[in-house]
Amino acid sequence: MTRMLLAGAALLALSVGASAQTIGFSQIGSESGWRAAETTLTKQQAEERGYTLQFSDAQQRQENQIAAIRSFVAQGVDAILLAPVVATGWDAVLQEAKEAEIPVVLLDRQVDSSDDLYLTAVGSDLVHEGKVAGEWLAKEVGDNKCRVVELQGTTGSSPAIDRAKGFRDGIAGKANIEIVRSQTGDFTRALGKTVMESFLQAEGGGKDICALYAHNDDMAIGAIQAIKEAGLKPGQDIKIVSIDAVPDIFQAMAAGEANATVELTPNMAGPAFDALEKFWKDGTVPPKFIQTESKLYTQADDPQGEYERRKDLGY
Amino acid sequence: MSINPRLYPLLATIGIFLVGYLISYLQFPAMLSTRVIGNLLTDNAYLGIVAVGMTIVILSGGIDLSVGSVIAFSGVFIAVLLRDTSLHPLAVFALLLIITTVFGAAMGWLIHALAMPAFIVTLAGMFLARGVAYMMTIDSVAISHPFYSMLTSAYWLMPGKGRLTLIGVLMLISVLAGAIIAHRTRFGAAVFALGGGEQTARLMGVNVGRTTVLIYAFSGLMAGLSGIVFSIYTGSGYPLATVGTELTAIAAVVIGGTILTGGAGYVIGTLFGVLTMGLIQTYIVFDGTLSSWWTKIVIGLLLLIFILLQKGLLRLTAFGEART
Repeated sequence: MTRMLLAGAALLALSVGASAQTIGFSQIGSESGWRAAETTLTKQQAEERGYTLQFSDAQQRQENQIAAIRSFVAQGVDAILLAPVVATGWDAVLQEAKEAEIPVVLLDRQVDSSDDLYLTAVGSDLVHEGKVAGEWLAKEVGDNKCRVVELQGTTGSSPAIDRAKGFRDGIAGKANIEIVRSQTGDFTRALGKTVMESFLQAEGGGKDICALYAHNDDMAIGAIQAIKEAGLKPGQDIKIVSIDAVPDIFQAMAAGEANATVELTPNMAGPAFDALEKFWKDGTVPPKFIQTESKLYTQADDPQGEYERRKDLGY
Repeated sequence: MSINPRLYPLLATIGIFLVGYLISYLQFPAMLSTRVIGNLLTDNAYLGIVAVGMTIVILSGGIDLSVGSVIAFSGVFIAVLLRDTSLHPLAVFALLLIITTVFGAAMGWLIHALAMPAFIVTLAGMFLARGVAYMMTIDSVAISHPFYSMLTSAYWLMPGKGRLTLIGVLMLISVLAGAIIAHRTRFGAAVFALGGGEQTARLMGVNVGRTTVLIYAFSGLMAGLSGIVFSIYTGSGYPLATVGTELTAIAAVVIGGTILTGGAGYVIGTLFGVLTMGLIQTYIVFDGTLSSWWTKIVIGLLLLIFILLQKGLLRLTAFGEART
C-alpha cells in the first residue's frame, strides 16, 4: 500500500514538474463588475504567458486571504498576486512569503506594511485620472467660455476626493472654464440622473451648461438620460467626460451621446507580470509603485469596437 | 470487540479527515508537509478556540450566536485601547477576558432567569457586541505594539520549514482544556446532564441556574480568547471581521460529531471538525481552479451527512435499548 502511494506521488510529482511558472492570485471577491473584469483579465494574461494561475476568491474576508497566501507559500508557487481587502494586518504573512523568497505583487490597493515586504504594487493614480479628463476638456473647448457641472463620487471616498482634485489641476490656468455646480451622485446611475435633473433646472433648463464631468461612467449614463428627457442633445449641447471606461459608456459614445472617458484599467496583472518577468530574468527590482496608464478614449477611438472587446469581461 | 455506538460520530469524523487528507496528498504531494500542517493549526486557531466553547454550549443543548461578534469586538477593543492608552497588551487581554466572560455569564443568566430560548438571547448579544465594535471605530485599526510583533513572530520552525505558531499551540491547549472540563469534571457531567433534558438534570441534582451561567461564561471566555488570537493573526482590529463565524463554529462542532440537540459528543471531535474544514479550504487553494465557494458546498454536504448519521444513530441506540 505504502509503495503504491509513493509510486503515485512520484508520478504526480513528475507530471507537475514542468518548468511553467505558477502564480498564486488572492482576489478580494467579485463585488463589482470592475473586479470581475480584473479577475477575467488576470486569468487571460496568465494563459497568454503560459503560467499556471492558482486563483483564490476570498469572499471579502481577510482571514481567507491570509490562509490562501500561506497555502501558496506551502505549495511553493513562483510569485503571489494580492488584491488586499483591507490595508492593515499583512505583516506576518508577507514576512513569511519573503522568507520563502516568493515575490508578492499588490494589485490595485495598497497595504500599510513596510514596503520591503513586497516586490511592487500596481495601481492607478486617481488624481492623474481626473487630470486627464480636465486636460481633455481644456483642449476641447479651446478659448470658448465653458460652464461645467460636476457629479462627484461618494462623499469623502478617496476616488471622489482625488478625481475632483485632478480635474481642477487639469483645467488650472484656463479662466474661461468654470465649475459652476458640484454635487455627489454617489457613483450610481439613479443618483446621477436625479442630480443632473436638478442641475438642468438650476441652469436655465441646461442652456447655460457647456459640459458635464462625472467621477464615474455610471453617473454619466444616468445624466445622459436626464439630458435627453430635458430635450437637449447629450454629447453636443452638453459635452460629457467621465472616468472608468466601462462597456456601457462606449455604447453611449458610439451613439454620440458621450464624448470622452478615462480608463481605470482592470488589467493590473499585465504590468505585474511584466515586472515579475524582468525580476526573474536578471533580478531587476521594479519601483515600489507601478502606475497603470490612464488612457483617454474619445468618439474617434472606435467606441463600438471597444465595447465589443469589453462586454465579455464580466463588467 | 464491540465499540460504543456513542463513539461512531467521533470515529466517522476522524475517518473523514484522514481519508480527505490522503486524497489531497495523492493529488498534491506537497500537502503532506509540515508547512501545511502548521498552516492548518495557525489559520484555524481562532476558529478552533471558539468552537471549543461552542461545543460545551451545544453539549448542554444550547446555542451561542454571539461569538462571531464578540471576536470582532475583542479585536477592535484591543486595537483601540493599545492605540489610545499606554496599557500593556497583557493588561488589555485580562480586561478583555473579564468583559467577555461577564458578557457570556449575563446572557446565561438571562436564559435561565427568564426561561428564554438561548437562540434569542444570544442573537441579541450578537447585535450588541457588533454594534459596540462599530461604536469604537469603523476603520480597520492596525496594532503596532512591540509586544504584538513578538507574539506574531513567536513560532517554532519544524523540520521542513513548517511553523508551529504560538496561536496554533494555544488552540491545541484550549482543546485539551475543553476536553478535560467536559469529560473529567463535575461541571462537565452537569453539562451533559443538562443536554439530556433540564428535568432529568434537576432530578440528578444539578444546579441548573449555576451551570447555565457557567456554560455561557465559558463560551464568552473562549470567544474573548479567540478574539485575542484573531488580533494576533491579523495584527489589527476590524469591526467587520468574522461575520458569520458563529455559524462556522456550529458547523465545526456538528461535523465534529457532537449531537446538535445536546447530551452527546466529544471536544476532541470538534478539533477534527475544524481541521476538516481547514483541509477543504487548503485543497481548494492548492487546486487553484475550483471556485472558493466549493468550501461552503462541501461543508454543507458534510453537515447533512452528520445530521443523517445522528438520526440513524438515535434509531440504532433506541433499537438496541429496546432489545436488551
